[in-house]
Amino acid sequence: MSTVAAAPASTIGKRTQTGDVIARWVAFAFAASILLLAVLLVYQLWAGSAGARHKFGWGFLTSSKWNPVTQEFGALPFLYGTVVTSFLALLISTPLGLGAAIFLAELAPARLSSALTFLIELLAAIPSVIYGVLAIFTLVPLMRTTIEPFLKGYFGYLPLFKGVVFGLDYLTASLVLSVMTIPFVISVSRESLLAVPREQREAALALGATRWESTWQVVVPYAKLGILGSVFLSLARALGETMAVTMVIGNDPSIHASLLAPGYTIAAIIANEFTEATGAVYTGSLVELGLVLFCLTIVINAMARLMIVATTGKGSKRA
Amino acid sequence: MNKRLIWRKSVNAVMLTLTGVFTALTVSVLFLILGCLVYNGAAALDWNFFTKLPLSPGELGGGMANAIVGSFEIVGIAALIGLPIGFVAGIYLSEFDDRYFASLVRFVADLLNGIPSIVVGLLAWSLLVVSMKGFSAIAGSVALSVMLIPIVTRQTEQFLREVPQSLREGALALGASKWKTIVTVVVPAGSKGIMTGMILGIARISGESAPLLFTSLNNQFWGGGITQPTASLPVMIYTHAISAFDDWHRQAWAAGLVLIALVLVANISARYVLARGISVPRG
Repeated sequence: MSTVAAAPASTIGKRTQTGDVIARWVAFAFAASILLLAVLLVYQLWAGSAGARHKFGWGFLTSSKWNPVTQEFGALPFLYGTVVTSFLALLISTPLGLGAAIFLAELAPARLSSALTFLIELLAAIPSVIYGVLAIFTLVPLMRTTIEPFLKGYFGYLPLFKGVVFGLDYLTASLVLSVMTIPFVISVSRESLLAVPREQREAALALGATRWESTWQVVVPYAKLGILGSVFLSLARALGETMAVTMVIGNDPSIHASLLAPGYTIAAIIANEFTEATGAVYTGSLVELGLVLFCLTIVINAMARLMIVATTGKGSKRA
Repeated sequence: MNKRLIWRKSVNAVMLTLTGVFTALTVSVLFLILGCLVYNGAAALDWNFFTKLPLSPGELGGGMANAIVGSFEIVGIAALIGLPIGFVAGIYLSEFDDRYFASLVRFVADLLNGIPSIVVGLLAWSLLVVSMKGFSAIAGSVALSVMLIPIVTRQTEQFLREVPQSLREGALALGASKWKTIVTVVVPAGSKGIMTGMILGIARISGESAPLLFTSLNNQFWGGGITQPTASLPVMIYTHAISAFDDWHRQAWAAGLVLIALVLVANISARYVLARGISVPRG
């Protein structure tokens, strides 16, 4: 009796087990392919930039020459442009984004908040090249004819606002970047604020704090790591942003103190010159710029993820 | 009321109003952008845009029929590559492993997600353009699929995790094997969320131009299959917008309107899919 019953049971067990083992390994292979992609990316960037790395060494990062004719290349003007535009953009988008996140998380009724959040998500979904089109046809003329002459007129004595006004410059690029990064600041900050326990607010209000005091002195400090994470996430986005910046930065591979002067960013020079680059050194220099950009964004992104995980328990743990 | 209290109350009022103003400002930027695109794009959009090839600079008229088809081709192939890989990888993260390897994959997927798209373009270029000795649609598709995979992986994982544990236990208790449980119970239960994630992922990559600049390049004519340089809408918008010709600018506006319409429709319908009868209670 027992032998009769045991036989089919064990074959069923075996059959389901083999199925599970196969399924597991197939799924594992697909998951591992993501790691493989990352390794491949690093390897290709490293191997592709060999020509430039061997010729220039670390000097590549500190040289400000960019001359395809004499085959001399340096990353400094592009690093400078990338960092300046990104920081300036965050200087604008952080307060705006944090303010909006506070409104959405603390003040707005739930339905309004979710509707507005959806609209802000749409803002993040707009393709970069469309920001570029709008910037080049509407923002650039506005900057050239109105805003920049105004800045120059009142603050022209500062080195920041010297020089001829073209509209295609660091400042315009930063403005475009700030609009593009606001949705990221808002969505992650909002999540961190929502993750703050209700008791924190209630305790502050019970002690007689105003709504703003409870928000600014209790809720925001509680969520500060997540908010900082959102800023870092946006910074990484801004550093790597290509199309919109390429269209308005002015494409001048030199360093200017003035924000009204044309500049260049790493992503922009790769976008502009990669198809025309010839020879191992020229191509290698552009790939090395890509490698530099990759390292910058990876480090900043990793920091952002860790901060976001620490506050919301989300980030890398879940979505 | 003493002075101190008046001061605190006015700070409260001012700052709270300010947060509302900031929100309104941000949202109004969206409407400004859409309004501007509709205003300029609608005037430039005509039937030729959808049916004709681009003309050389200086000639009036023409369209971007090849770029529209090219975009669908490039994004379609990217989806064919990226969606299955991302989907199965997501299943692995959610269903098979909860230890070090899964956390590593998760973290790397998030980092890949944050990599500038232009760097992804460099990867596809060195993998495919160099070895095939020429720009091709397939290289562009690979670049876009590299961007799509981490998005779909994380979304799939997220929505599968929201499937209640009791459903899995129920299926297992009835004697289903683990993979049978996943295929017939877990994935169907999370399918709406996964679909949403996939639509959003495709919407995101279909607007990308940076990774296509030196992979699928561009083409003024009909492409010659997936091994040839192929026009795409975003790259077309870029080349037309930075050109010096008014008629090309007009075309850029029209193309911008078409692209944003596609992206917005995808985003809104994804939201709709999710809102209509979500199959899983959201956590």
